[in-house]
Amino acid sequence: MAHSGIEVLFEGQNFARLIGGLETTIAIAFVALICGLALGLILGVLRTLKNRVLRLVLRLYLEFFRIVPTVVLLFLFYYILPKTAGVNLPANEVAMLVFALWTAAEMSDIVRGALISVPKHQLESGLAIGLNRWQLYRYILIPQAVSLEIPATINLMTRVIKTTSLLLLISVADVINVGQTIVEANSKQYPNSVFWIYGFIFVMYFVIDYPLSWWATRMNRRRLERVND
Amino acid sequence: MTKQIYSVSNLEKYYQKQHVLHDITFSIDEGEVVVLLGPSGSGKSTLIRTLNGLEPYQSGVLKFKGQEIQPDEKGWRKLRQQIGMVFQSYDLFPNLTVMENILLGPTKVQKQPRDIAQAEAKRLLEVVGLSEYANVYPRQLSGGQKQRIAIIRALALKPELMLFDEVTASLDPEMVRGVLNIISRLAKQDKMTMIVVTHEMNFAKRIADRVLFLENGELLETTAGTQFFENPQTDRAKEFLESMDF
Amino acid sequence: MSSWQIIQQSLPVFQKGFKLTLWLSLLGITGSIVVGIGCSLLRYFRVPGLSQIATVYVEVSRNTPLLVQLFFLYYAFSIIGIKLSAELCGIVGLIFLGGSYMSEGFTGGFDGVSHSQIESGKAIGLSKWQLARFVIFPQGLSQSIPALAANIIFLIKETSVFTVIAIPELTNTALDLIGMYYHTNEYLLVLVVGYAIILIPLSIVLTLVERRVRYGTFGN
Repeated sequence: MAHSGIEVLFEGQNFARLIGGLETTIAIAFVALICGLALGLILGVLRTLKNRVLRLVLRLYLEFFRIVPTVVLLFLFYYILPKTAGVNLPANEVAMLVFALWTAAEMSDIVRGALISVPKHQLESGLAIGLNRWQLYRYILIPQAVSLEIPATINLMTRVIKTTSLLLLISVADVINVGQTIVEANSKQYPNSVFWIYGFIFVMYFVIDYPLSWWATRMNRRRLERVND
Repeated sequence: MTKQIYSVSNLEKYYQKQHVLHDITFSIDEGEVVVLLGPSGSGKSTLIRTLNGLEPYQSGVLKFKGQEIQPDEKGWRKLRQQIGMVFQSYDLFPNLTVMENILLGPTKVQKQPRDIAQAEAKRLLEVVGLSEYANVYPRQLSGGQKQRIAIIRALALKPELMLFDEVTASLDPEMVRGVLNIISRLAKQDKMTMIVVTHEMNFAKRIADRVLFLENGELLETTAGTQFFENPQTDRAKEFLESMDF
Repeated sequence: MSSWQIIQQSLPVFQKGFKLTLWLSLLGITGSIVVGIGCSLLRYFRVPGLSQIATVYVEVSRNTPLLVQLFFLYYAFSIIGIKLSAELCGIVGLIFLGGSYMSEGFTGGFDGVSHSQIESGKAIGLSKWQLARFVIFPQGLSQSIPALAANIIFLIKETSVFTVIAIPELTNTALDLIGMYYHTNEYLLVLVVGYAIILIPLSIVLTLVERRVRYGTFGN
């Protein structure tokens, strides 16, 4: 075959366009993660407080985001937000909002799990030196919980990054959407290009996600080793 | 005249239906060392934890230096700065260095200036012979070292009363002595007022000004230290002493 | 037409999508469990060559999105002459993704068996295979039940991604209906309820199983 199709990747502006799409993808993931993790931390702490109503509401929030698939969440917000709330956000921002709320829900469960697994003695020792509730969280519980939850948080990050692949569905010009456009423009002339374009996107996701999950696995193993001696 | 530090009258406590503390009344004066003895499950640990607000109780009056204690979170928090407590499981905070563990109470709770608190912490570390460990994390210490740090973490708040709850129970035998010596020195030299729950009978004999003997949540006798070990007043205490090795 | 009527009229169409989602999930999950057990065994026994291949597969599969995997299967493979129907492509993709998640879950369970258990087994003279057969697999599998439960729910939700290759499952059905009749709120409601009908009872059942297995194994 004279033309393997890989040339399409580097033809004209194609490569730059793909990188541009990748930047959009990363920007959305980044904003969603920062906001989602911060909100999740707060919600996780709130879920360890005694207030039953608050705990129930936050639990329902979590379960809703757990049960509804992310694809459906995207459409819910994309279609319904402008109609009912009259809020007309661009698709990028809808995506950030959905991913941030979803991340926050998952994060709140991770944080809560870590907080309640800090041994009770630690809490009592803190009380015994006169710390108030806020100081107890600030100096004892949250720092200890954070080290417990880091691997789970990194895994959540990799999930969020993978989920950005769904942006295409609400017509955000992410890396996949750009790739699809390029494929469509070239499929007649160079049918093999589809292999290279999607291959490139495949590799891009792997390159971003693999180091993160490798890091999470390693930290988890180290922690287990420390617990076991 | 000696000053009364802590008094307990008619304290009652239940876990669901189980009656764990039954009409407990006693008091402790300044500089006095009171040892709580009794078989396991007698309520010693529950009693000492109640004195620091870690266990709720159903009725009775607790007074610190003559003032009745309000059993709410705010009341206890203020009091806990004046009552130091050390637990069986040492419970240093693993996320903080030794020095940070000691400074947490003085700087964050009592808002002491950091340099003053730090100077005091250094002095205390020297007293227990652990100066060179100021900047390590608890996991690098042995059990005995951790427990010594836990003691000075409590002392750093300059408490007027110290509570020791089975502080040597989870230590290896060779580490017990060092920890007990520190507590003895605190009692004899520094005249610290303290309430001690322990299974170490020789140690109890050495430091107790007074012994409270508990069984099944009841306070069976309150006897001067030397007298208790030579001539206990109740048969139950006699049997208890006979069953323990010295 | 009232919302209720709109919903009622759409129900037969949704029913088809609902069934397809269930079928695809069932096949995908079963396949994933088989692939997952296979890979975790290869890795556990460190079968030369194959265990490395299994590791590479697991890492590639769990670090890339299902949507990209599907595009690859659906569009790219057709170029090199492998033409799969959308449904088959969906099932293969789901198994490709799910296999690595299941493998990680089982491996985690095997790793979670305590050292003292393994040492006690060695102390009474068990061979490597006997140790695996009587100590590590039974305990490891019951320890991996929480991960298994999470993976099952995850994979069912992932079937919603099939909409990109136009498989008429639940999500695709809703999006098509919206495109045709514009009753967005009603159809989205049915869609959410559809997933809730599958996932809420399932997650309750899985929690019960999890609890039962835990009590059964450790007796507390």
